[in-house]
Amino acid sequence: MLMRTVEISTGAFVLAGTLALIFLAVRISGVNLTADRSSYTVMARFNDVAGLQTRAKVSIAGVTVGRVAAIDVDMEYGEAIVSMELKGSGGVLSMDTGAQILTEGILGARYINLLPGADEETLSDGDVIEDTQGAMVLENLIGDLVTRLGAS
Amino acid sequence: MIGFLRGVGNRSLDRVAGVGRATLVLTAALWKVPRLSDVPLIVKQIYNVGVLSLVIVVLSAFCIGAVLALQFHTQLGKFGAQDAVGVGLALVLLRELGPVVTALLFAGRAGSAITAEIGLMKTTEQLSSMEMMGVDPLHRIVAPRLWAGFVSLPLLTAIFNVVAIYGGMIVAVEWMGGDQGRFWSGIQAEVDIWDDIGKGVVKSIAFAVVVTWIAVFQGYDTEPTPEGIGLATTRTVVVSSVMVLAIDFLLTLSMYGDFK
Repeated sequence: MLMRTVEISTGAFVLAGTLALIFLAVRISGVNLTADRSSYTVMARFNDVAGLQTRAKVSIAGVTVGRVAAIDVDMEYGEAIVSMELKGSGGVLSMDTGAQILTEGILGARYINLLPGADEETLSDGDVIEDTQGAMVLENLIGDLVTRLGAS
Repeated sequence: MIGFLRGVGNRSLDRVAGVGRATLVLTAALWKVPRLSDVPLIVKQIYNVGVLSLVIVVLSAFCIGAVLALQFHTQLGKFGAQDAVGVGLALVLLRELGPVVTALLFAGRAGSAITAEIGLMKTTEQLSSMEMMGVDPLHRIVAPRLWAGFVSLPLLTAIFNVVAIYGGMIVAVEWMGGDQGRFWSGIQAEVDIWDDIGKGVVKSIAFAVVVTWIAVFQGYDTEPTPEGIGLATTRTVVVSSVMVLAIDFLLTLSMYGDFK
């Protein structure tokens, strides 16, 4: 009888531990096992990404539609190449979609906002977004302002 | 002078010999791959080291989660960033505090018990009588405790993390009036399954090996006197605590070395 209590409580402990691991994986890391996992990658060249991180969110009208997969630099042109992993299978966003780097709140993280255009052609896997606007860098803005004030 | 040098040399050699014996005990015990007939032994030991440690682990987890949430809330509140409480809490727990604190509690609660038990068996010559009966104590006594430790500590760590995050949520959401949706969505957006959860599990497995190994060896290597058992038990707790913290530093350095 005593052995049986030991067995039952040990079994309950192992189950609880395993459940805790599954809970951590699903609830905490937000991995969705049932959702549609298909995605496609779109590239964009920015003149400045200033503080954008991989895994930063990509959104349209404030709704998250993907994540930044990689950030590389093009040494020749001095531009940043950002690969974005978007949910779905492509063929929805128009070819002249714009991308801008914005900041969440005043101290928040950088993210990419996509502005869908009106072109008939659509972006598919591996395409490059041409119309981009890099991150606002405070120093550059102040520099700009000072020159303009000096000119007028 | 010569005598002093001789003493230093002898003591150093003793230490080296101790490491050697510990390695021999570990390999000899692990070499005996558990058979199906060993499962009841391992179950009994999982009960001893795992189930009986649950109470202390759950209580500490709840308190640590609550305290962390309280501190994060007041400090982040200065910048109006209370929404980041959940993320901070989850990352700190999953990456560092969960594995480390559980391992320290485990060393104090289960490690000391293992050492004292095996040490007493050795002192009362149960181990040598087993050998005389043709039963290998490494197989019958040491190996089940090792495997039970390897299984229990990672599970305890997972339970610790879940309870601590809930404890933190109770403080941050119910008490401090934070937003529950922000709490969870912040966590889900930032926590990565491999980078944060997976590496935490790897840490807890490493700690499990270290703590149970030290506990079992200290018991097996006890000087067979009442005083020896006391010394060995103390040594288990001290050595494994220090080792856990040192290894945690090294693991963090190698896993998250590219801090940005």
